Amino acid sequence: MPGPKIGVYVCHCGSNIADKVDMDALRDFAGELPDVVVSRDYKYMCSDPGQDLIKADIKEYGLERVVVASCSPRMHEPTFKRACEVGGLNPYLMEMANIREQCSWVTVDRGGATRKAKALVRSAVNKARLLEPLEDKSVPVDPKTLIVGGGIAGIEAALKIAEAGYKVYLVEREPSIGGQMAKLDKTFPTLDCAACILTPKMVSAAQNPNITLLTYAEVEDVSGYVGNFEVTIRKRARGVDEKLCNGCGTCQEKCPIKVPNEFEEGMGLRKAIYTPFPQAVPNKPVIDRENCTYYKTGKCRVCERVCPPQAVRFDQEDEIIKERFGAIIVSTGYQPFDPSVGKQWGFGRYDNVITGLQFERLSNASGPTGGKVLLKDGTEPKAVAILHCVGSRDKNYNEYCSRICCMTSVKFAHLVREKTGAKVYDLYMDMRTFGKQYEEFYNRVVAERDIYFIRGKGAEIMEDPVSGGLLVRVEDTLLGVFREIPVDMVVLNVAMCPRPDAQEVAQKFGIQRSADGFFLEYHLKLEPMKTANEGVFIAGTCQAPKDIPDTVGQGAGAAAEALKVVLLGKVTVTPTTAEIRETLCSGCRMCIPLCPYTAISFNEAKGVAVVNEALCKGCGTCAASCPSGALRVRHFDNRQLLSQIEGVCAE
Amino acid sequence: MTDARTKGAGPKAGLEGGTEPEAGAALKYSFFPGCSLHSTAREYHETAVKSMAALGVELEELEDWNCCGATALSSADTLLSYALPARNLAMVAEVGRPLAVACNSCFVTLNRANAVMASDTPWRKKVQEALAAIGRRLTRPVEIRHTLHILRHEVGLDRLREKVTRRLEGLKVAPYYGCQIARPRHQWGDPELPVEMDEVLAATGAEVVRYDRKTKCCGGALMTTKEDIVLSINEELLREAKARGADIIAVCCPMCQMNLDAYQGKINSRFGTDYSIPIVYYTQLVGFALGLDEAEMGFSRGFVPATKYLRKYA
Amino acid sequence: MTENVTAKGGQGGGPAWEPKVVAIFCNWCSYTGADLAGISRLKYPAGLRIVRVMCSGRVSPAFVLKAFHEGADGVLVGGCHPGDCHYLEGNYKTLKRKLVFERLLEQFGIEKTRFRLEWISGGEGDKFARVANELIKEIEALGPLGSVAERLRQADGLSLRAEGGAGSA
Repeated sequence: MPGPKIGVYVCHCGSNIADKVDMDALRDFAGELPDVVVSRDYKYMCSDPGQDLIKADIKEYGLERVVVASCSPRMHEPTFKRACEVGGLNPYLMEMANIREQCSWVTVDRGGATRKAKALVRSAVNKARLLEPLEDKSVPVDPKTLIVGGGIAGIEAALKIAEAGYKVYLVEREPSIGGQMAKLDKTFPTLDCAACILTPKMVSAAQNPNITLLTYAEVEDVSGYVGNFEVTIRKRARGVDEKLCNGCGTCQEKCPIKVPNEFEEGMGLRKAIYTPFPQAVPNKPVIDRENCTYYKTGKCRVCERVCPPQAVRFDQEDEIIKERFGAIIVSTGYQPFDPSVGKQWGFGRYDNVITGLQFERLSNASGPTGGKVLLKDGTEPKAVAILHCVGSRDKNYNEYCSRICCMTSVKFAHLVREKTGAKVYDLYMDMRTFGKQYEEFYNRVVAERDIYFIRGKGAEIMEDPVSGGLLVRVEDTLLGVFREIPVDMVVLNVAMCPRPDAQEVAQKFGIQRSADGFFLEYHLKLEPMKTANEGVFIAGTCQAPKDIPDTVGQGAGAAAEALKVVLLGKVTVTPTTAEIRETLCSGCRMCIPLCPYTAISFNEAKGVAVVNEALCKGCGTCAASCPSGALRVRHFDNRQLLSQIEGVCAE
Repeated sequence: MTDARTKGAGPKAGLEGGTEPEAGAALKYSFFPGCSLHSTAREYHETAVKSMAALGVELEELEDWNCCGATALSSADTLLSYALPARNLAMVAEVGRPLAVACNSCFVTLNRANAVMASDTPWRKKVQEALAAIGRRLTRPVEIRHTLHILRHEVGLDRLREKVTRRLEGLKVAPYYGCQIARPRHQWGDPELPVEMDEVLAATGAEVVRYDRKTKCCGGALMTTKEDIVLSINEELLREAKARGADIIAVCCPMCQMNLDAYQGKINSRFGTDYSIPIVYYTQLVGFALGLDEAEMGFSRGFVPATKYLRKYA
Repeated sequence: MTENVTAKGGQGGGPAWEPKVVAIFCNWCSYTGADLAGISRLKYPAGLRIVRVMCSGRVSPAFVLKAFHEGADGVLVGGCHPGDCHYLEGNYKTLKRKLVFERLLEQFGIEKTRFRLEWISGGEGDKFARVANELIKEIEALGPLGSVAERLRQADGLSLRAEGGAGSA
């Protein structure tokens, strides 16, 4: 019996494939394979003329199967499926051979690459021969979006979606939204104050009726899939009735307990009942139960007595919220590098060695010093060193560049000069001022008096045991000399790192991490907000270090991705699910406990297993265990895969 | 205070001469003294062997050992700089016991040869050929321990405290490790600020002062060629010790001891200072604290004698 | 563009023996990781060829035996790291099946080191390239599967052909 008519299309991908694989030989080889009626090669199969070749051949040759040998199916499978569909062929009758990412780009010699490409094409033709037409199904989408992380990325995404008229839940772990940006003083390159540009957005987020703001809350569990994620959120007990509280602040004034304020990077104090900063949104305090006297001893309750609207609730319990969402945006931000792990910087040992965020708080008018740049003893510094690349571009810590530190350092240099009479020494490895108006800002600061830019990595900070002053050691790579610079304050511009719970969060949302620990985008350049988990998007510094403009851009971009899901109103569900061939099923029930989605049940009357195709995701774990071969995964069935294995092995 | 590296203290799998010492049983090591310990640093040699013996650790001197080549050789002849220490390691492997080393420079040089034996660089083969030419054989790295590490982790602080009969209460000691011992990352808690000697000295009852320059370089052999620079960095080392109130500086390297001690007078005349800080080996202090004969601890051997600070404990 | 031109005779001059490894990779992690190795232009021998499945849990013993039956000198199964499975726990099932695979291979006189299970995430292109090179080096040391494959080919009662038999679903 003659097999189905197959057409094979070999893509040069410009020179990406053609440089390593003999295109003529591959095309001719494919033409000789059984059932192949036409084989062609073309410079760019993904281009319109390339796709037109397929469409035309489907009509002309009556093709029943199409094989495209080109890049990874992760790149262009949808493109060629669509081309087939337009050409009148069921899209599931198309198979790809990955001869770029997994052949031409990874093989040293042309002979080997050509042999491998042939094997991959034969394998794809083998599978194509056995493919069957399948129909996509669709299910309705819940029109709500969940945004996890209320920094500037999450806020931006929430506003965009809400302004488009769709519902958003914005979940933030801290008592207020705002994220790291809320801590900053001035922002580069324009030097507008962070609060001035962030606060209006925070307030809009709180006031928009389409946004449900859940602060002091965390996502506990995520199940389901694109269009219908089922999410459990724990809203921690604030100890304050948010509806009654009017944010007057009397409780915070009267609370007798003082502890270091996380928001002030450990430099200021807060009370046990507190809002982290004056512009907090919502402007409703929380009770820190670990430090509150009442939770420790059962006594005090001062805040409760002084609260004018009687909003304090010591017995408030965590609230569990279960909601369904069509799309999810993860914007959980970054963790600043802890410089105390590198003893050479003296952080934690020397009082006046501080991090960039600590400097932001010192320089911020609402910070612990009221905006004055001061030493620990309250005096003004006379010389300040600013170190770039602390924990970045350093194989001992993080190999990547954190991108913001050069501009932050230049900004700090300017602020030190503006606020003090101190000399500034800026120690940089390379000055990377890459953004719009960044180089101009740098040039402006370079021209300021008493700022010395020294090209070299700050290697070590020592204390003069006699004077108590600091000594920064650096190799000045432009002068070719070793320098020791006496200063009284050192600012460490530390790396942006993945958050310590990044792995846990990644697993919760079914996303992956790249080698640097940040969340992995679907495509570094072309799909920076998508993840491997459809319907889950990422934005901001959880994906990689970035500055505010890029973070905001990604927030808006992720909003567009989420809107695309909810606006369509339905999602396509893959038909490549498992099915049971009842005549073969022996009723052993081995498959039932293996299914992670409990999609397989047992029909007592018939004595056979039954697959609920609405629940099945098509992983195929059941089929791998079925002793009688009754379980079959569409598009990845035994015959198809065995024939593929045959294909890659044959010579 | 970190105790995190104790896990690394036991002999590692795949090492030659790595017999696991049983808990409580006597520990026995092959001992590589090195050239300095036979000449300028005799007191280090003697007090290391004696105080270790008092703590149940036997250091058996490796027979027919040769110079490790020190740090200078690697810039003159790379193969020889691996092969010289490798000969010693081959003999250690024959004895079958882990190796103890007291001198920091030897420790680094021997470890470097060890690293070559663990690598798959062409040097490994060349070193093996060189050894074969003299009828010796080394296939794998051997286990190397610094005596300070043995004191801290194998003997342990509890045992040390137990055995101390003269508590050095009130003696202010600056712990100076030198630049070689903790780098790149041998067996120490932190390559910039190790604490192992601090802990050992504290166990003798001494007051260990903060000493931020504990791993800064002493200039080493550069004293003979770049005296100006080396005098000034030694002045800085002494300056901090004095500022922190140290009576004496404890060292674990013959080179550091020599630079800080023998050149102290020169430093004083060059910089107009009046340092008079004895530089002693930690083993001298440990042995003394363990009750060993004061005369045998060599406190009077230094250019700046330590006797006046220690007499009161005798 | 040429249509249906006759293929050139033979395979062209290749090395005397090049280890052949069938890699069966899950779509979400390992296959993506292998793509990343390509994007990063890392190199590994052309004898390693990847077959894509949706989840490593899909890999049945028949696939592994089939690969050896067809002349593979080694088999590499790749899945997501524990806890990262796109289908929650398919990789755990694979991990359990590894024991079955190994015992099965030993019964056929196939060194179990010819089979390898690795967790390779979508971000671990470098790990994939390292594993691929390592495995091929190990298999080179073992030599071709050769006569063992012949024994397996003659083994009775195994339905490994693409057509017919219980494994033919």
